Amino acid sequence: MPDDNLSLTAKREAAVAALADVPREPGAKKPDPILVADDVKRHFGGLLAVDVDHVEVQRGAITALIGPNGAGKTTFFNLLTGFDRANSGSWTFNGRSLHGTPPFKVARAGMVRTFQLTKALSKLTVIENMRLGATGQRGESFWRAMLPFTWRGQEDAITERAEELLARFKLDTKRDDFAGSLSGGQRKLLEMARALMVGPELVMLDEPMAGVNPALTQSLLQHVANLREQGMTVLFIEHDMDMVRDIADWVVVMGQGRILAEGPPETVMSDHKVIDAYLGAHHDQSLAELEEQLETGTLAEEVAAELGQAPAEAVPVEHTGETKDGR
Amino acid sequence: MDWGNILELSLRELIGVQAIVFALAAIGINVQFGYTGLLNFGQAAFAAVGGYGIAVIVTTYDMSFWLGLVVGIVGAIVLALLLGIPTLRLRADYLAIVTIAASEIVRLVGRSAWGRDVFGGSDGITGFSSAFYDLNPFTEPFEFGPFQFRERVLWVLVVGWVLVAVCTLVVWLLMRSPWGRVLKGIREDEDAVRSLGKNVYAYKMQSLVLGGVIGALAGMVYSLFQGAMQPDVYATNFTFFAYAILILGGAATVFGPVLGAAIVWFAFQFIDLALRGAIRQDYIPSWFMDANDTGAVRFMLTGIVLVLLLVFRPQGILGDRREIALDAR
Repeated sequence: MPDDNLSLTAKREAAVAALADVPREPGAKKPDPILVADDVKRHFGGLLAVDVDHVEVQRGAITALIGPNGAGKTTFFNLLTGFDRANSGSWTFNGRSLHGTPPFKVARAGMVRTFQLTKALSKLTVIENMRLGATGQRGESFWRAMLPFTWRGQEDAITERAEELLARFKLDTKRDDFAGSLSGGQRKLLEMARALMVGPELVMLDEPMAGVNPALTQSLLQHVANLREQGMTVLFIEHDMDMVRDIADWVVVMGQGRILAEGPPETVMSDHKVIDAYLGAHHDQSLAELEEQLETGTLAEEVAAELGQAPAEAVPVEHTGETKDGR
Repeated sequence: MDWGNILELSLRELIGVQAIVFALAAIGINVQFGYTGLLNFGQAAFAAVGGYGIAVIVTTYDMSFWLGLVVGIVGAIVLALLLGIPTLRLRADYLAIVTIAASEIVRLVGRSAWGRDVFGGSDGITGFSSAFYDLNPFTEPFEFGPFQFRERVLWVLVVGWVLVAVCTLVVWLLMRSPWGRVLKGIREDEDAVRSLGKNVYAYKMQSLVLGGVIGALAGMVYSLFQGAMQPDVYATNFTFFAYAILILGGAATVFGPVLGAAIVWFAFQFIDLALRGAIRQDYIPSWFMDANDTGAVRFMLTGIVLVLLLVFRPQGILGDRREIALDAR
């Protein structure tokens, strides 16, 4: 069973132990945060897509960022990595502020991301994709590029490292194929391996399991878990809660742009706010009950409140709280 | 019809000055479009800046030819920066719009009455090429089989082909280096390259400048050969011609632009002469077309060939079919 060797490593135990005393509440302080974000907001017209008050990501742990579609997970990722600009807010990586930093500098700082729609560079071979990931290449400067002897040695070292990674991700047989000829799952693997070529401290994976053949999902999860074993911190987005249970040490739940809940997978899965966010606040009520409410007029009030407030202000937490109380 | 003569004249065009000029222009576009995916529709402007650099410095200001060369190249770099700084952070289509407008601006400023004292208006500038021909080491015509080149033409051809060879060598060296790999990555997906810690903006700028400088060399060769710098030579069709040549030869291949230019100018001359011959011999009836129509008909035939090429060989003559096949997935 892959689950067993996933759960029994020392690194995982250390990560779980470190997070044991952290309160299970949104914005909880972590003992050793690698990434700290405060008051991050992003509007798209009238829609407040991201409105994160405070979140910390524990170093050396696998943190899953989950939430229903449209919760703002990817937008939050884009803001943190500089691919999109926040309207306000600040965040630090390893204590260094990254607000307003362009994406390439974010990556060089050690925070490397992948994309939901896999970005394999189709017309480059697999090995070229990998080599591209290495940083500080001498041959990437215009003048030295024309003098192969200045970068040949470094290129060989990079190739060797790339081949090791390819072997680990079982892509070594595809070494000289165009990346565009790979299957969806192989592209995900390639993108992950390529991100590792940068030598990141924090790997940010945007839905690494999306569009991947279920047979490959376990092996992908294993690869994600291995990143922690090699001392990296992982933050990954997923909208399927079952996927994260096996490997995540800590789960952050987003809904309508806000952090709804935090905690270890077991705690979070049973959190009523999380269930409400995924299934709707009325999922466990029978139609008869709803009808009753409709007659008494309470449901109409709720609907009116929802319609009136929904677009401009994100009020999911308070709102779902209210309905819960009203039941 | 004298097929021997037609073939001889056509083969002269195969290695002729036009082929050199468009090979250089297309090499520049190949760096920008073929490898980096930048849509520079203003290659004519870069060529014009190169030509004007020499012409204005030598004729208008009566300064040294070598200074003119430097001014032409620096001018191309400045133009690339001007076009690139506002647009390279935006989506690819903005560069296309700005460059096509810029190429008309350069031409219209050049031929304007307002700038007549400097740029010579629509008549252009002459009398700047003597320093170049003074350097000519050839003192007598060169004969090779049926071919004969006068020493003036020979000098332009030698300098031109050396330039083409040097530019091709530079592109070859660059595109097998990590620098070229970043460019190709940007062509495929610039966000992916950004996420790997590369300064995409700087690479796009370098690519735009390099391609622009090679384009300026094209303009220099042409105006020195003509002995005149005429703005209307560098209309937008100059750019699109270079694109057609690049796509014919194979974009993102090292020798594609050179091969494309040679073939196009050979085919142009061959079709033209063959049609004229056929009309003279009454193989083609005069109600259908006369000798004045050949210029237009050869463009039509070229168009048909390009369409056929895109249907049956979209990767160009030298391109890799597998790369095109990836786009269809």
